[in-house]
Amino acid sequence: MLFQPAIIALLLAAGLAVLMLLLATPFALQVIRRWDMASGSELQLILERRTYLFSTLVSFVLVVQLGALLLFVFNADRLAAMFVGAMCAVGTLNVNEWGFPALIAQMLVFFLAAAWLAINHVDTQARDYPLVRIKYGLLIVLLPFLAASFWLQFRYFSGLKANVITSCCGSMFSTEAESIAGDLSALPPLPAIWLFYSAMAVTTLLALWHWRRRGAVSGGLLALLSAAGFVVAMTGVLSFVSLYIYEHPHHHCPFCILKPEYDYRGYALYLPLFAATAAGLGAGAIQPFARVASLRAIVPRVSARLAALTAAGFLLFTVVATGFVLASNLILIEH
Amino acid sequence: MSPWLEKQFHLIDFTLASLARRKTRNLGLLVVYTLLVFVLASLTLYSNALRSEAKHVLAGSPEVILQRMVAGRHDLIPPGYLDKIGRIRGVQKKEGRLWGYYYDPVLNANYTFMARPASEVADGMIMVGEALARERGLAKNNTISFRSYSGKLFTFEVAAVLSPDSELLSADLVLLSEDDFRRFFEYPDGHYTDIALSVANPQEVRNVAAKLTAALPDSRPILREEVQRTYQSVFDWREGILLTVLAGAILAFAILAWEKASGLSAEEKREIGILKAIGWETGDVIRMKVWEGLLISLTAFLGGFLAAYVHVFHFGAAVFAPVLKGWSVLYPKFALVPAVDGLQVATLFFFTVFPYTAAILVPIWRAAITDPDAVMR
Repeated sequence: MLFQPAIIALLLAAGLAVLMLLLATPFALQVIRRWDMASGSELQLILERRTYLFSTLVSFVLVVQLGALLLFVFNADRLAAMFVGAMCAVGTLNVNEWGFPALIAQMLVFFLAAAWLAINHVDTQARDYPLVRIKYGLLIVLLPFLAASFWLQFRYFSGLKANVITSCCGSMFSTEAESIAGDLSALPPLPAIWLFYSAMAVTTLLALWHWRRRGAVSGGLLALLSAAGFVVAMTGVLSFVSLYIYEHPHHHCPFCILKPEYDYRGYALYLPLFAATAAGLGAGAIQPFARVASLRAIVPRVSARLAALTAAGFLLFTVVATGFVLASNLILIEH
Repeated sequence: MSPWLEKQFHLIDFTLASLARRKTRNLGLLVVYTLLVFVLASLTLYSNALRSEAKHVLAGSPEVILQRMVAGRHDLIPPGYLDKIGRIRGVQKKEGRLWGYYYDPVLNANYTFMARPASEVADGMIMVGEALARERGLAKNNTISFRSYSGKLFTFEVAAVLSPDSELLSADLVLLSEDDFRRFFEYPDGHYTDIALSVANPQEVRNVAAKLTAALPDSRPILREEVQRTYQSVFDWREGILLTVLAGAILAFAILAWEKASGLSAEEKREIGILKAIGWETGDVIRMKVWEGLLISLTAFLGGFLAAYVHVFHFGAAVFAPVLKGWSVLYPKFALVPAVDGLQVATLFFFTVFPYTAAILVPIWRAAITDPDAVMR
């Protein structure tokens, strides 16, 4: 079962990421203990030179992880044909108990990687590497997450057995299911629509506000609201957007919309949503450093740019979702 | 234009100029890289095309085929068996099928004989598949004789050669009337080879199969989706095997890329030294080198992929076909329908660009940290 090109690629990416971070850890510890910008010692010079290497390596690894999330979902969707009872990615992820944890871990790695990349970007803009210690400290924090993601993926892919009868999205995202997914799906459409549009409006407006005003408070708030907006957006997809796309009043699956039968419309929804959330979290992640002397001008500039991205992403997501709803033939709410 | 974008454009501009200055060196790497992408892309494109072809072909087959088993072996369906199934909800149509294999000593090949209703094929007439007609030199209105397993000679007239569009299915097919079939093989009356059932709702197929096994414990239902799944895993597996074999090539390429990137000529070192002396930062040099890698990667990927596309869909993947498609005496000729799959492209991109980028990062850094005074002295 492991002999799938995409699976080999995913495991390779996750394995290499863990390996590279492991290699970087001794260096990170050395930086945290010995870094002294004022010193002109040979050690400090070597450290300064090596930070270039490790920053580039880690950025590369994390950028690959951003792409790996897409590949993971894409692959899960494609593998559905191999399992009895699976109609889409849900069935594939349900084949064993590691599927959904692996997906969630990969999503977590995606957002953490985005936040780290934002901090790294800010740090490289400044003259005196003010965040170098924090950056490498966070790298060590990141390592267990990547390792867990790799381990979960390995368990999941090695446990894929074609003779397992899995459950399809129809049972998991049904309104009767007693799970979080079931509860979110069971949300009646009208309140869900209100919640969805007000959350999207508030998040977009705050992102625009932060883009113009660049305050530290609004930046932190933006990260919180982006995360909340992400959850509400997913709830909206579960409770009503998917229904309109399938033109079916009871099919709530957030994965079937990725399939070619529905013109890959899910990607048009999820790509801006994930980009917007990652940018919003990134904007929040750099706010604590706005007071550092050399970053006083840089942090507001970068976070304004990230906020613009957040606003554009959430706006695009809302417009695309609204377009799907309006173009649909389903009548969910009679007026 | 934003200053950031402008900076990147200038960097690309500079990188292209410096690549052009060392043409032969970079061309060598580019050719090897393109070749690697070409080989891998041919492989994935071809197996993907086969997969979609199999899916396409199977789409028209019956949802459930029921075989009777005796002592674990496939046996004939006795008379009255069809009625025993009774009415199962969801089954639109059920019919007994008659087919068998005939070994032709002339070609040393097996033909598939299949009976069709008299309305399609008259007694004494046959319809033959394109590959068979080609090999035996048959055309419409020709006659052909087959010696049956009982030793009697039967002569048939060819009513038609089946359309080459269906060659993947009909390469070795001979269609004849039911009476001819029973006489030719001395098939017992009322018996059938197997039963085909069509089920309208795909979600009902498993229930129908369960009811069939309950009603007829000596039968074995074969589901279309299972056959599809088997084909898919077979092609996936073959692709995976070839990919594993080619992993050596990817590794060799990564080593080559590492060597190329780390073996900086004195001239290049001097160039970097001068750049740093006139105010470039280490980060800028790394950025320039990353652009260089990206430009080479993308060019090679695009070139290799296009070449593979032409190779697979216009030249029938001459290099890989024997491994991936299998062989047979009466092998159907078929043109693959061009199909490019996003997942395949993404995976392929990963397998080529990722090792290359990983291999050049450390050499790039080594080059970027050189002190200007050390190389210009």
